[in-house]
Amino acid sequence: MDKLDKNTVKSRLTEVFRDVFDDEDIELSDSTTADDIEAWDSLEHITLISAVEKEFKMRFTMKEVSGMKNVGEMMNIIAERAKK
Amino acid sequence: MLPELSRPFDGDMIMQKKKKLLRLLKEKEQGAVPLKIAVLGGSTTSDIIKVLELFLRDRGIAPSFYESEYAQYWNDAVFGNKELDEFKPELVFIHTTSRNIEEKPRVGEDAQSVADKLEREYARYERMWTRLSEKYGCVIIQNNFELPSERLLGNREVGCAFGRIDYITRLNCRLYDYAQSHKNFYIHDINYLSAAYGLERWHELRHWHLYKYAMSVSAIPEFAYSLAGIVCSVMGRNKKVLALDLDNTLWGGVIGDDGQSGIEIGSETSEGQSYKRLQEYVKAHKELGILLTVCSKNDPENAIEGLNHPDAPLKPNDFACIKANWDEKWRNLDETARELNLLPESFVFLDDNPAEREIVRTQLPEVTVIGFDNPEECIRALDKCGFFEVTSLSADDAARGEMYRANAERAAAERQFATYGEFLQSLEMRAEIRDFDPVHIPRITQLTNKSNQFNLTTRRYTQTEMEQTAADPNYIRLCGRLTDKFGDNGIVSVVIGRKDGAALHMELWLMSCRVLKREMELAMLDTLVEECKKAGIEEIIGYYYPTKKNGMVAELYKQFGFAQTSSDENGNTTWRLETANYTPKTTAIKINGD
Repeated sequence: MDKLDKNTVKSRLTEVFRDVFDDEDIELSDSTTADDIEAWDSLEHITLISAVEKEFKMRFTMKEVSGMKNVGEMMNIIAERAKK
Repeated sequence: MLPELSRPFDGDMIMQKKKKLLRLLKEKEQGAVPLKIAVLGGSTTSDIIKVLELFLRDRGIAPSFYESEYAQYWNDAVFGNKELDEFKPELVFIHTTSRNIEEKPRVGEDAQSVADKLEREYARYERMWTRLSEKYGCVIIQNNFELPSERLLGNREVGCAFGRIDYITRLNCRLYDYAQSHKNFYIHDINYLSAAYGLERWHELRHWHLYKYAMSVSAIPEFAYSLAGIVCSVMGRNKKVLALDLDNTLWGGVIGDDGQSGIEIGSETSEGQSYKRLQEYVKAHKELGILLTVCSKNDPENAIEGLNHPDAPLKPNDFACIKANWDEKWRNLDETARELNLLPESFVFLDDNPAEREIVRTQLPEVTVIGFDNPEECIRALDKCGFFEVTSLSADDAARGEMYRANAERAAAERQFATYGEFLQSLEMRAEIRDFDPVHIPRITQLTNKSNQFNLTTRRYTQTEMEQTAADPNYIRLCGRLTDKFGDNGIVSVVIGRKDGAALHMELWLMSCRVLKREMELAMLDTLVEECKKAGIEEIIGYYYPTKKNGMVAELYKQFGFAQTSSDENGNTTWRLETANYTPKTTAIKINGD
């Protein structure tokens, strides 16, 4: 199975973030964290994780859900596991 | 209604876009009814509340919420807290699930000991309901218990004293017994919902362990839609009319081409059976007080021929109105609404043809259109839409179709008289106009919450508020029933005034549009003035608050002979009538057996 390239992951992930936080101005980078997006609290994290899983047809482990430190880590997991 | 929130919806999409959907709903919101809802959760409720808000706003209810701290449902309900008290909930939703059951049977435990546990577990719940109901007089919605995700004993979880599914089933029955004997208490059937959704998908254990959601996050929209159905019904937002296409909707084939013997309906073929089943399901809606109408592109005589098929459960006289012609369907629906004195927003339209559905959607967006591709699917689509959710069933509901048919006879009779006055006299109308009787409170509340057009203040009441008003000596209340030689119209008008010294302030004045132009409003006024005089009231103060729908009564108080005393920039007007020199106005109705 081919891996997704990181740019594709980034642009699709950006769309998910914009939907979930209803903010068209969001731009993601590897170092983006919950502190950078005002509405990203623990409750919205749930919606975000579910939406990302659906978009990339993959699942995070429970450890990953609570352990991801920034968007870069999230993109690495996605690129590793998502189906094209 | 937003297409994203209409069935069949994509639950994951709703979850993902819920922020945007809420913004869109708020942008176009007009005249929504406020409602204070307390959500007392035994697990996480955050997204449940957010999605519930979407579905409620989509149907014209603007909720505000109190949300209990995590799993504090019992403490909040039984001991209360300041914040909840100040919030004054009108509706409390207790979101508990099987995960909140504290007293569980042990393997091998004897029957008596399990029964004692069940009793203690149930008592915890009943204590909450009693307390909430006493304290807030609110509507209570309680989840029942869903089946668990695992079965340690396998099939032996039922039919065994210590079986867990056995236990949950019995506990649920206790909840149902309570619901049957208590008003303002409704079960949210998550046991059914989780089964229909698929129990394995419902119990997404990751979401429990990570976020303490008692169900999969993807199931939240299904859950919230179902819950919103109860709330909308309690608030009188149910749909009232089911408008039906004929060819390939109520039977297979085209009556104009195939003739009565050629259409598929009845027990002979599998296709005929499925249409028959659909007709039976549709017909059963009459018992709920739903009006059935036909909206079909057909020659009228062909439509009647199809409906008279000997094996068809639905007959022409099951319909309050039959429109079979070649006009645009949305025009026919609009005309049907006017003939029945109802708003297009109370219509649900069923049609197999996607093009016809789309035209109605765009031309008459107030009408809710349900799509389907075959009769089996049609029953499910109708069943899941939740627009006819039953929370109260009054005697008037079952008789409603009859009342509308009597109206058609009246319209025919009207044409035989030279003047309208003669026609009114010929109806031999009798009105019973009295203070509220406890048995009529459900109907009074129902009428109050769904009357939009002939309604001066559009004030809404929960059943509890109505009961409190009925018991309060500071109010003068009247409800009016109108009967004539064609039949009984049931309770059709409600008037509530608050006493303030020698003045009476009219908080509510409404009438069902099915008795428009029958002098019933004059009979109510005559009786009100009479009651005022008995109570020493010298002046009646009337209020008109304009909405999108109540333009027809903007001048009502003027027609009654009130003098306008004020108006503001929003079109709100105030009116005054002295009771001393009032002369009764009714000419064609006998009031209270006079």
